[in-house]
Amino acid sequence: MRRLLNAPILIEILRPLGQIIIFVAASGAALSVLILAIAFLLRGSAAGLMTIKNYGVDLFTYTLINLPQVLIDGVTIGFVYAAIALGYTMVYGVLEFINFAHSEIFAIGAFVGIETLIGLNNAGRLTGIPTWQAYAWLALAILFGMAVAGATAVTMERIAYRPLRGAPRLVPLISAIGVSFFLQDLIRLVESLTTGQFYRVFPTFGNFDERITIGNLPFGDTTIELGIQVKSLIVILAAVAMVVGLNYLVNATKLGKAIRSTAQDRTTASLMGINVNFVISMTFLVGGTLGGAAGLLYAMKFTRIDPFVGFFPGIKAFTAAVLGGIGNITGALLGGIVLGMLETFSGSYLNVFTMGAAGAEYKDILAFAILIIVLIFRPSGLLGEQVGQKA
Amino acid sequence: MEKGRQFHFSEWLQSLRTKLNQGKTPYIFSFLYLAVGTALVYLSPRSLLAFLLFISSALVIFGLRLETRYKVILAAIALLILVPIVGVRNIFYLEVIFQISVFAALALGLNIVVGFAGLLDMGYVAFYAVGAYTWAFFGSQQPFLLHEIPGTAPPGTPFFLPADAFYLFVFIGIAVAALTGILLGTPVLRLRGDYLAIVTLAFGEVIRVLANNLDKPLNLTNGPQGITPIQRPTLPEPLLNGIRVVLNPLVGHNVSEGDFYNLFFYLAALVVILVVILVARRLDDSRIGRAWTAIREDETAAIAMGIPLVRMKLAAFACGASFAGVMGVLFAASRTFVSPESFSFMQSIGVLTMVILGGIGSIPGVIVGAAVVTILNLQVLQGFSLYLSQLRQSDSVIPLINFAWKDLSTQLDPAKYQKMVFGLILVLMMIYRPAGLIPAARRKRELAKEEAKESSDDDDSGAGLEAEEVSHGAD
Repeated sequence: MRRLLNAPILIEILRPLGQIIIFVAASGAALSVLILAIAFLLRGSAAGLMTIKNYGVDLFTYTLINLPQVLIDGVTIGFVYAAIALGYTMVYGVLEFINFAHSEIFAIGAFVGIETLIGLNNAGRLTGIPTWQAYAWLALAILFGMAVAGATAVTMERIAYRPLRGAPRLVPLISAIGVSFFLQDLIRLVESLTTGQFYRVFPTFGNFDERITIGNLPFGDTTIELGIQVKSLIVILAAVAMVVGLNYLVNATKLGKAIRSTAQDRTTASLMGINVNFVISMTFLVGGTLGGAAGLLYAMKFTRIDPFVGFFPGIKAFTAAVLGGIGNITGALLGGIVLGMLETFSGSYLNVFTMGAAGAEYKDILAFAILIIVLIFRPSGLLGEQVGQKA
Repeated sequence: MEKGRQFHFSEWLQSLRTKLNQGKTPYIFSFLYLAVGTALVYLSPRSLLAFLLFISSALVIFGLRLETRYKVILAAIALLILVPIVGVRNIFYLEVIFQISVFAALALGLNIVVGFAGLLDMGYVAFYAVGAYTWAFFGSQQPFLLHEIPGTAPPGTPFFLPADAFYLFVFIGIAVAALTGILLGTPVLRLRGDYLAIVTLAFGEVIRVLANNLDKPLNLTNGPQGITPIQRPTLPEPLLNGIRVVLNPLVGHNVSEGDFYNLFFYLAALVVILVVILVARRLDDSRIGRAWTAIREDETAAIAMGIPLVRMKLAAFACGASFAGVMGVLFAASRTFVSPESFSFMQSIGVLTMVILGGIGSIPGVIVGAAVVTILNLQVLQGFSLYLSQLRQSDSVIPLINFAWKDLSTQLDPAKYQKMVFGLILVLMMIYRPAGLIPAARRKRELAKEEAKESSDDDDSGAGLEAEEVSHGAD
């Protein structure tokens, strides 16, 4: 038993799981305390009076009642961001380069997955099937999405980034922006030529839209139902699996060792017999497949996608990666969770706290503000180690 | 392989140029080119080819070896006399030329930031938006509508300021945009190049989101509906009548007030371009310009040489921002309408594409870039769309594969795929010609030196947007 526990494989699987639990608990607790403190202070203000008028409870109680649901939603969206951020962080860790087109890889995964499901739906395969079969089809769609997204990422690296390796760092970045724009319109072109419209809707099947009730909070004469949608649960579980799998790949396999050594020093790695071009292609493949999977998870959670769906999640996932310390897998996870929670908190409470003057529409600004603040005060992120500026 | 082809092309161009540059040939050729171009556009105002010929005469005048005096005179005749006549004759051309000049001014401003100082700004239109909204707010009824819901202006609301306050706001726009540049720059300019790019992108989005949402608690921007009407400066009626006497017979119809406004804003944009060019050239040769170059090449070395890094970067940022601010004021007045949609990320990338296509740091290059991208957008892509839709209505069939044009999806509309074009331009330019169509003089010298040296760079060298020899893989 002890030998098994000491095995690196098991440690590499258990460690990220432990980290996930700690991160979720810690950031959830910290933000809850913060928001409750603010609510307590604002209780007597005009905002507090307005809450009493509108909802019949004072601001503190209102905040407290909504808190559990907000936390659950925050964790869900946080895991989506974390899943996308993994791709940014992988590529940045190895090439020190912001793969701006990762958001389109994400969108491609979403589109391929959804098209697969729509195809199955039109063939009548999704109606009246047992639950396990629904999950099997979903897994198939995710796999398709991952495959195409991964292939796109590798092709993209081969065509648009590899010729620019060694050029000043802004050159590949501009190329990446170009690829991103090109892919956006390519998706649109393909979608509009084949289906005549460029937004797609996730078909309803299986039990994904059901709500699992976790518990009921007794509150005065009413009870507040506390629940989570099945699809949110799937998102969380899939994202956890992705983090654990990636962590295992990078830290416990031979390829992972090659990736890490390439990230440290490309020239020396190649002298040690590592095929650097292959390793970089693999990095893009892994990042791309993870992005593709995240794309379909996102599509499942938010139902409707269009070719530009990648832009905002992409920027936010990048923010998450930077927040946690770019180039660091655990950091991407932490950053994603913190950002997702912050966003959900601001989306849910800003409206009440400011008496309707500012609402959920400012949550994007919040993400960017966090990005700027983190970059100013701790450019290496929450978990990143201080690296010398190589620029 | 690619290198060889490129070399060939430039050799051919070189020989053509030497042939054209002998004796009096360039004078005759440029004059004839301009004359033929003008005549063609004048005679067939709807032909795209004629228009392209006319526009490209600017390139011919610029490219040939002529006396500077002659060049200036020819350019002045073309810009101040021929363009207005041709433009008023077919108002669409004036619109295209106006847009080219607006984007050329914006691209020149961005060129100071990206090309001279090597700071990649991906949210450049934010400053344009700041300028536009400054005049949009004060030059409309908006200050009286602060407590109204968007779209419910009570009838008879007066304008806040007289229309001629526009001239004052040109300068206020400069100041406000420069101030915004400094405010944004102070915290973020310490960041490394690629982080700066993302932060400026984020800032651009922040400005757009703010413009979209600042209709409550105080209705400052009128939300997604945008502010309208915005005043335009008054034009003196007697002067207009005087010009009409000359212009009407040449154009063939009575020149309306709207036409005059279009001409006015076109000329205003020209003035801005002229100022930007002058400022940029003087700056490039000055102490500040050399400091910018040093920062672009190597930040660490620049600091070691005693260059105040953040202050110089701020100067570049503010300088670029202020030009965007002026153009914003002009834009708001010329359209009499602003809405958040005009300031999307797409626009920022569009301007960046112009700079990169033309040649980073090269003033003539950037202007050419602006012209090419704008014409591509407004003329070529749309012309192609039109052609496709005509084909669709016809009964013709693609011969070999038996594909009826009628079956072509209506979604396939080239005018809608600007992003794809921009993306392709960016990637291809970065891979094959990172210095742009008309490389900056300094860059040309560097490239020549590099080729002679045949040295290979190790990665991570050079902080700026240098068009160094791109080595194929660092390993």
